[in-house]
Amino acid sequence: MASGIPRTLAALACGLIFGLGLAISGMMNPAKVVGFLDVAGNWDPTLAFVMGGALLVTIPSYRVILARRRPVLADGFSLPTKNSLDAPLIWGSALFGVGWGLVGFCPGPAVAAIITGLPAVFGFVAAMIAGMALHAWLSGELILRKSSSSDTGDATPNPR
Amino acid sequence: MEHFTPVSGLVGGLLIGLAVTLMLLLNGRLAGVSGIVGGLLTPKAGDTGWRVIFIVGLLLGALVYALAAGAPAPVDVLAAPPAILAGGLLVGFGTRMGSGCTSGHGLCGLALFSRRSVIATALFFGVAMLTVFVARHVF
Repeated sequence: MASGIPRTLAALACGLIFGLGLAISGMMNPAKVVGFLDVAGNWDPTLAFVMGGALLVTIPSYRVILARRRPVLADGFSLPTKNSLDAPLIWGSALFGVGWGLVGFCPGPAVAAIITGLPAVFGFVAAMIAGMALHAWLSGELILRKSSSSDTGDATPNPR
Repeated sequence: MEHFTPVSGLVGGLLIGLAVTLMLLLNGRLAGVSGIVGGLLTPKAGDTGWRVIFIVGLLLGALVYALAAGAPAPVDVLAAPPAILAGGLLVGFGTRMGSGCTSGHGLCGLALFSRRSVIATALFFGVAMLTVFVARHVF
């Protein structure tokens, strides 16, 4: 784990740009997200422009970056290794969809919205962390701490 | 109340895409927020600092916007308190069980052309739309 400080600064910059993008896009506002999800109501297509804008950058940039031997500041790429469509993927995504539809918050915007100091945001984020902790606890019990979670944001190093 | 804002949506989206790009280019990681936050609950040595700092950055980004615009970006939570808590629990549990959220699967995973992420993204968008339909137009 060498060159810790540049990597930490990079994480700070990425978080900052991400948070700024969320704020500018309007996606920090659950009412606006629900406006997109409400296809039978007064539909607001903005979210599609946000995802489209982001993918317009990441689809080509990921191709170029993954052609490199390694990232600039780390020894290897940490990418998910799982490829199977298993039950946890299906059920987890469905449960997430119910929660997202109920409130209009997904994890990124909810965390960024903490800066508003609104009690509703604190309540949501606290419940979200409790849900994550519950999953960690249950999977720890069931798979006996083998820590086999190959997460899309949290995967085992995969040097290329 | 909600009106279509394609330009700020696109600009914000391009910035989010830039953040996701830099994360892979510099640190070799995907910028999935549920994975970054959730990883703090199952800490491994040398793997917590960057997560905390990314979250600090996320808050700073929203703060920079608030300072530049004179007010924070609007946040209107319309759900009632029990729905907020139930929604939070489901989002937390579901994103960990399903290995990702809107950013992890919807942005990073789709950019990787991952089969799992395509299915996950279609599912959580579909189920969220169905949930909103039931909550708004059935009850």
